[in-house]
Amino acid sequence: MRPFEYVAPKRLREAYAILAQADGRTVRPLAGGTDLIDQLRVGRKRADLVMDVKHIPELMRLEWGPRKGLYIGAGVPCYRVYKDPVVAQHYPAIRDGAMLVGSWQIQHRASLGGNICNAAPSADTVPPLLVYEAIAHIGGPRGEREVPLERFFTGPGQTVLAPDEILLGVRVPPPPPRSSSHYLRFIPREEMDIAVAGVASLVALDSRGVVARARIALSAVAPTPVRARDAEAVLEGQRPTPALLVEAGEKAVLATNPITDVRGSIAYRKELVKVLTRRTLSKALADLGITLE
Amino acid sequence: MTTFPLDKLSLRTQVRMKVNGEPHVLLVKPWQTLLEALREELGLTGTKEGCGNGNCGCCTILMNGKTVNSCLVLAPEADGAEILTVEGLAQNGRLDPLQKAFIQYGALQCGFCTPGFLLSAKYLLQENPNPTEHQVRLAIAGNLCRCTGYDKIVRAILAVARGEVQ
Repeated sequence: MRPFEYVAPKRLREAYAILAQADGRTVRPLAGGTDLIDQLRVGRKRADLVMDVKHIPELMRLEWGPRKGLYIGAGVPCYRVYKDPVVAQHYPAIRDGAMLVGSWQIQHRASLGGNICNAAPSADTVPPLLVYEAIAHIGGPRGEREVPLERFFTGPGQTVLAPDEILLGVRVPPPPPRSSSHYLRFIPREEMDIAVAGVASLVALDSRGVVARARIALSAVAPTPVRARDAEAVLEGQRPTPALLVEAGEKAVLATNPITDVRGSIAYRKELVKVLTRRTLSKALADLGITLE
Repeated sequence: MTTFPLDKLSLRTQVRMKVNGEPHVLLVKPWQTLLEALREELGLTGTKEGCGNGNCGCCTILMNGKTVNSCLVLAPEADGAEILTVEGLAQNGRLDPLQKAFIQYGALQCGFCTPGFLLSAKYLLQENPNPTEHQVRLAIAGNLCRCTGYDKIVRAILAVARGEVQ
């Protein structure tokens, strides 16, 4: 590997000081390293200084409050997220996504924050966060700011982060009442692969069993993870029926802009979005006591 | 504003870690991986490099009780860590039941992937002493074997879980 320096600040203000003093050096934040170390090795990314953020308490927080919702520090590894009973109970799609990232070896290191900052269109942890309208909490020597996660991504591997900013964590609002969610991705094997397409769906029902809120987000079918707003609109205000879910799947395709690559063709990816939208919606509805399939 | 003594950083970093129960202090380069430090500084060559990018699991070790790909850990990150490598599985000259079972079931041919499989299996049984076959297969999903095939490996792990090999 090309030489670089390593630093592991123990406080957030030390991290900010390092970013402020970078003086033209490329500082790369390191959480789980499962993307970064490989990228450094093959030369896809370079670093003058690698800043390990795992000793900063703020970035290792995984906290929940019924009014504040969930806060996932940017360095929290996937296994801590999917083994957390609160996440499993209140945010099933977030658990689903964290469980799909790599192998156990990877999940013991890889963080949701890293998955977000790596900004792959296929990031499995992102659509689940999008359906809960998560907010990216960003910090740097010039101050802190919040950006809706949906607007965090600007292209494949590209984000709104400035060179002197790091992701501190994501805030996930409390789930709507009587809601559930799921994330499914399609891969040609059972595990350890990159999504050909992925869909997260969230459904909330009102007291009459009408869809009060629907949120659908897609991975690996556009330059960034995207919300499927036309599909959401089809569902809201309606009573769920099998035909409605089929229609939602068809509308979800409108949000896609896929490419053809080794994993699948444009047409195949669009077809997958229809099927996965239907399946994730049915799964979420089944959690709420409504069986359609 | 806090300042940070960036000019004091060095291209050699001291790392203290416990490896297979023994404390070590070593001087590593920041860009050295934990895998390289184990093999080249400590001579523990049981841990192998396969793909070097987290797919094959040949470099699997336990770090603070959890499996990780040591090719995707920087050596300085291991400061203060407890490490278990394949060399630490046998106790007082007695092979670990998993090692015995791999031999008994012929769960290896060339053996290159075996250290990684053993540590993934060790972690699985530590977390879940009675796994189903499906759970075993999921637990070793991050380890690739290109000659034995997985069947004998799965059978060996299940035999240990059932207490048939001790």
